[in-house]
Amino acid sequence: MSKVAFSQESLSEFERIVAQYPERRAAMLPTLYLAEKEFGHISPEVEVYVGELLQVPAIKVREVLTFYTLFASKPRGKLHFQVCRGISCDLRGCTKIIEHLQEKLNLNSEETSADLAYTLSEVECLGACETAPMMQLNDDYHGDLTTETVDLILDEKK
Amino acid sequence: MAGKIISKFFDIDGGNTIDVYERHGGYQSIRRVLKKMAPGQVTDEVLKSNLRGLGGAGFPAGRKWSFIPKDSPKPKFLVVNADESEPGTFKDRYIMDRYTHGLFEGIMIASYAIGANKAFIYIRGEYVRQAENLVEQIKCAYDRGYLGKRIFGTNFNLDLVVHRGAGAYICGEETALLESLEGKKGWPRMKPPFPAIEGAFKCPTIVNNVETIAYVPTILQEGGEWFSELGSERNGGLKLYGVSGHVKKPGVYELPMGTSLREIIYEHAGGLQDGRKLKAVVPGGSSAPVLTADEIDVKMDYDSLAKIGSMLGSAGVIVMDDTTDIVRALYVVTRFYHHESCGQCTPCREGTGWAERILKRILDGNGRSVDIDNLLNIAGNIMGNTICPLGDAAALPLKSYLTKFRADFEAAVSDRNGVGKVADEPVSLLN
Repeated sequence: MSKVAFSQESLSEFERIVAQYPERRAAMLPTLYLAEKEFGHISPEVEVYVGELLQVPAIKVREVLTFYTLFASKPRGKLHFQVCRGISCDLRGCTKIIEHLQEKLNLNSEETSADLAYTLSEVECLGACETAPMMQLNDDYHGDLTTETVDLILDEKK
Repeated sequence: MAGKIISKFFDIDGGNTIDVYERHGGYQSIRRVLKKMAPGQVTDEVLKSNLRGLGGAGFPAGRKWSFIPKDSPKPKFLVVNADESEPGTFKDRYIMDRYTHGLFEGIMIASYAIGANKAFIYIRGEYVRQAENLVEQIKCAYDRGYLGKRIFGTNFNLDLVVHRGAGAYICGEETALLESLEGKKGWPRMKPPFPAIEGAFKCPTIVNNVETIAYVPTILQEGGEWFSELGSERNGGLKLYGVSGHVKKPGVYELPMGTSLREIIYEHAGGLQDGRKLKAVVPGGSSAPVLTADEIDVKMDYDSLAKIGSMLGSAGVIVMDDTTDIVRALYVVTRFYHHESCGQCTPCREGTGWAERILKRILDGNGRSVDIDNLLNIAGNIMGNTICPLGDAAALPLKSYLTKFRADFEAAVSDRNGVGKVADEPVSLLN
C-alpha cells in the first residue's frame, strides 16, 4: 500500500477522468497532473500510489514521469519562470532575458531557490514566436519581453 | 484576393464563444451534413477540396479519412493534434483561442465522416490557458446539445475529450501522440499498421491537425471545389502562415495556398527592420531546409517548396536578417532536436547530440576544419534511418545550413580556431 492518498475531492475527479477513456491506463497524464496539484510534486511514494490507482506497475509511472518535462519530481518554486530559448526567441534576444533573470533571481538556469520562491528554467519553443522573446510564468505567457518588462512582472508578482 | 475564413474570427470580440460563433453562421454546416449527407459524401467533398494535412506532412485529408475500414466492428476515434511544438509555429494556438467552436464543428463533421463517436483533442501541456478555454467551451456545446447524444435530433452521438500532453515535441508525431494518449511515454510506433487501421487503443483512428479540421466546416458549407480554387494546384484553400524572427510585424496571416514567400515577408509581415538585409528564411518550421535570400520568390505550398528542396511543413516562417550568426542559428536548432529526441533510435539519439556538441565547440572558438564535413556526415547517417521523421527533421537543417552557408561555417572555424585552448587537440564528442 502506498503511503499517500488523494483527498475525496481528487478521488472523484480521478474517477471522472478515468471514465473518459476506454482503458484505465490512458488516464496517466491527467492523473499525474492531478497528483502534482494535490501533492506539489511527484515523489516516489506518489508514483507508487498513481500506479495503484491505474493498476500498472510503479515503473510504468516512473517511465512516463521522467520522459515528459512538465512534471515536477522535485519541489519547484512558487514562481516558475520558463524562458523560451527556441530559434525565434534566440533571434530576438532571449539570451539577454535569461541572463537578466539569472541575475535578478540569483539563480542559474534549472535551479530552484532554497526558500522555494523561484525556479528558473530555459525551455524549448513554447509556440508564441510572434511575441518573441517570451516566457511562461506558471500558467501564463508573457511576450515581447525586455529587461524592463521583466522587472515590472517581477515587481508585480513578488 | 480571397477573404479570410478562420482568421476573420481572430478580431471579433468573444469569437471563442458559442453565441458569437452562431451569430456568424456557425453550426449551420454540421446541421446540413447530418441531415442531407452520407458519411462517404462528406469524405468525397473533402477530397475534392484538396485540403492537405496542415500540421506539416501535407497528406490529402480526404484520402486519409478514406483509409478507415468500412467493415470494422471496432469503435473509431478522431484525434486532433494540437501538440503544436515545431519551433516557429503558433497558428493552432490562435485557432483554439479564437475559433474554438469552428474547431469543434470541424471535429463533429470529421467524426461523422469516419464513423467516430469519440474524439480527443491532444493539446501540448504548456497551453494551459488554451486547454481551459477548450474545456469551458466544450461544456457550452454539451449544454446546448451540440455534443453528446442524438445531436441535432439525429442518431449521431459524439463525445469530445481534451487530453493534455506534458512537454514532449515528439508527441506531435502521430504515433507517439497515440502512445501518449494511451498513458505511455511518447515513443513512435513502426508503420504499418497505420493509425487508420490500428491507432488509439488498437482501433481505427484518424489523427488530424487543428488547422486541417478547422477548415472542414467551411468546405462542407461552400463546397470542395470552391475551396480548392482558393489555393494553388493540388493545394486547396487558404493557409495560416506564422511569421516570426526579424520582421516588423510578426504574426499569423491567412492567405491563399501558394502565396509567394516574398509577399508574405514584405507585404504582410511588414518586411525587415530599416537598413537590414535578408540573410536566410526557414519557410516551414525549424525542420524545413533553410532558403537563401535569392530563393524567396517561391510559392508557399507543399509541392512548390518540395520542388526547390525545402518544405512547407507547418508554414512557420522564420526570418533571419544580416545580423544573424548562422552558426549559432544552426546550433540552437540542433540543440532543440537533441533535447527532443525520444531516444528510441540510435542514429537520432546519438547523432543529434554529437552535432550539438560539435556546433557548440565551433561557437566557442574550438572548431576544426574537419568539423563541417563531420557534421554533414552525421546528418547523412541520421537521414532516413529512424522510425519517425524527427531524425530527418534534425538532419535537414544541418545539411541545408552547412551547404548553403558553408562560407559562414568555414569562417567560424578558421576565425575562431585557436581562440580556445584545445583547438588542435582531439575533442571528445562524448562530453
